[in-house]
Amino acid sequence: MSDKKPWLAPLLSVLFLALLIGLWQLATKQEQGAVVVDDEYAALIGAAAASGGKSAMPTPADVGAKLWEHLSDPFYDRGTNDKGIGIQLGHSIARVLMGFGLAALVAVPLGFVIGMSPLVYKALDPFIQILKPISPLAWMPLALYIIKDSGISAVFVIFICSLWPMLVNTAFGVASVRRDWINVARTLEVSRLRTAFHVILPAAAPTIMTGMRISIGIAWLVIVAAEMLVGGTGIGYFVWNEWNNLSIANIISAILFIGLIGMLLDNTLARLARAVTYKE
Amino acid sequence: MSAPFLKVEGLAKRFPGERGKSDLTVFENIHFGIEKGEFACIIGHSGCGKTTILNVLAGLDEASDGLVIMDGKEVRGPSLDRGVVFQGHALLPWLSALKNVEFGVRSRWPGWSAQQIHAHSTKYLEMVGLGHAMDKKPAELSGGMKQRVGIARAFAIEPKMLLLDEPFGALDALTRGTIQDELLAIVQATHQTVFMITHDVDEAILLADKIVLMSNGPYARIAEIVEVTLPRDRSRATMHHNPQFYRIRNHLVDFLVNRSHDFANGAAVDHDPLHPPLVRPGLESAGAEILPLPSAQQQPPHSNPTRIHKASA
Ligand SMILES: Nc1ncnc2c1ncn2[C@@H]1O[C@H](COP(=O)(O)OP(=O)(O)OP(=O)(O)O)[C@@H](O)[C@H]1O
Ligand SMILES: [Mg+2]
Repeated sequence: MSDKKPWLAPLLSVLFLALLIGLWQLATKQEQGAVVVDDEYAALIGAAAASGGKSAMPTPADVGAKLWEHLSDPFYDRGTNDKGIGIQLGHSIARVLMGFGLAALVAVPLGFVIGMSPLVYKALDPFIQILKPISPLAWMPLALYIIKDSGISAVFVIFICSLWPMLVNTAFGVASVRRDWINVARTLEVSRLRTAFHVILPAAAPTIMTGMRISIGIAWLVIVAAEMLVGGTGIGYFVWNEWNNLSIANIISAILFIGLIGMLLDNTLARLARAVTYKE
Repeated sequence: MSAPFLKVEGLAKRFPGERGKSDLTVFENIHFGIEKGEFACIIGHSGCGKTTILNVLAGLDEASDGLVIMDGKEVRGPSLDRGVVFQGHALLPWLSALKNVEFGVRSRWPGWSAQQIHAHSTKYLEMVGLGHAMDKKPAELSGGMKQRVGIARAFAIEPKMLLLDEPFGALDALTRGTIQDELLAIVQATHQTVFMITHDVDEAILLADKIVLMSNGPYARIAEIVEVTLPRDRSRATMHHNPQFYRIRNHLVDFLVNRSHDFANGAAVDHDPLHPPLVRPGLESAGAEILPLPSAQQQPPHSNPTRIHKASA
C-alpha cells in the first residue's frame, strides 16, 4: 500500500499538523477577552497578561513570528540574558558532545575489558548495578561542590548519564561475539591485539553503536534539566529564563528546537550505526 | 613401523558432573594415527565426541587426558600448521570473501606486501571456483559458496594438516556433490593431510583413505579403522560401479545401525582400544585371522568384514 501511494503518509502528516495548529488557534482565540482569571494565577503570570488585554498563551501566528525572528538572527549576543537561540543551542550541543565524548573514551575501553574478562565483570558488576540507576541530576550538587564550575559540572553530569548505556552495551557486545569468530582468529594465530581490533571490535560495533545512540538521547534529555539548574548559558537556561520573562512564544520555539536537535543527533548516530552493521 | 605424522595417544575428555553426580566421560582411551598425505574421515553417532576430538587436534580445546603429537611435536594450542574448516563456515560477516581469506594469509606471512597477499588469496579463491564473487560479503553468498570460502581460507595458509568439521552438513545434495568433487581434486593435487568429520557414509568412502569408526558415548572409543580399498582416483560418478564400494558401504552402515552401541555396554569384551582393528571389508587376503565381530550376536549376511592385521598406532 505504502509502495503504491508514497505521498499518503506525508499528506497525513501535514493534515495532522494543520489540525493541531487549527485546534491551537481556536483554543487561544477563545481565551482572548476572557477576563475571568483565578487570582492566584493572575498573580503568578503577571498583571498585564491576566488583565486580558492579551493572552499569555500565544497564537500559532505569534509563535511563527517568534520562530522566524529566531531563525533570521540566531547568533546575536547582547549580554548574558539576551543571546540568540543558535548560541544557546550551540552551548548545549558542545556540552553534550564533550560529556558524551569523554564517556565514550572511558566506556568503550572499559566495556571491552569487562566483556573479555569474566573476572573483571564480576568485580565491577556491583558498582555498575548501584551507580547505574542514580539520576544524573543527583550528582549535580556534588559536582558543583567538587568542581566549583557550573559549566564543567554540567559536562560531568552528561558524562555520567552517557557512561552507563555505552559501558553496558559494549561489555555485552564484546562478551557475546560468536565463539567461532574468535576461534578462527586463534587457529590463524592472530595476535590478541589484532583480534581485538579486527574481530571483536567490528563484531561488537553494532551493539556498541546502540549503546551510543541511547547515551546521546539521554544526554540530550538531561542537558536541558542540568542547564536549568546551573544557569548561565545553554538552551535549558534559555527556557528557564523565558519562563521568568513569561514569554511563552519563546518557550514553545525553544521546545521545537530542542526536539529538532535531538532528532538530528539521533539520526546522525543511527546513520553511523548503519555503517558498522553487518548481515550474517 | 615409524611413528605416523599425527598421533593421538590415550585421549580422554571428561566433564565435571553436576553436584552429587559422577563425571561425564565423553570418550577415553582414544588411540589412532594419520600418515602424511592421508585423508582420514571419522564417523560416529551424534554426541559421541567427534567435534571435541577435532577441537583438541586443532588446539582449541584441551583433553582431560592423553596427548596429540603432530610432526614430532606435541599439540599445545592452535597453530597455523593446522587449518580448520568450521561447521558453520565461521566467515567474518563484515569482510568480503577475499578479505576473509587475506585475513589468514596476512597472519601466515606477516612480511608479505599487500599485492603478494592479494595474489595468493585470489589464487585460492579461484581454485574453489569463486573468482567471480571475491568482493561479495558472506551474506550475499549461498551456503555452498560460503563453505567454499571457508575451504579456501584454510587451504590458503598452506597448513601441514587440514581439519574439517562436517563441512558439507548444511548443504543440499547437489551442491555437496560439487564441492566434494572440488575438494577431492584439490586434495589429490596437493597431497594434503586431512582429518574430517562427516555423517555421510558415501562422502567418507569417496574422500577418505581410511575411515575411523567411533562407538557411541559416553565412554566412546575408536571401534575400528576401515581402510577404503577403492582406487585412489575414484570419482563420484563411477565409484558405485565398483562392487567393493557396496561392501565398504554396507560395513559402515551396519556398524552405525547395529554395532556402534555395543562398546559402551560392554558387549565388545575383546576390543583393545590401544590397537583398534584395521578392517578391509570384502577383502579376505590369505592368512588373515578371522575374529568374531565385537557384537558376536549376528553376522550381517551382506557384509563379510575381515580383520587382517592390527593397526599399529
Ligand atoms: N560443556 C560441556 N559440558 C558437558 N558436556 C558437554 C559439554 N560440551 C560437550 N559436551 C558433551 O560432549 C559430547 C560430545 O560432544 P561433541 O560436540 O564432540 O559431539 P559430536 O560427536 O561432534 O556430535 P555431532 O555429530 O552432533 O556434532 C556430547 O555428548 C555433549 O553432550
Ligand atoms: Mg560435532
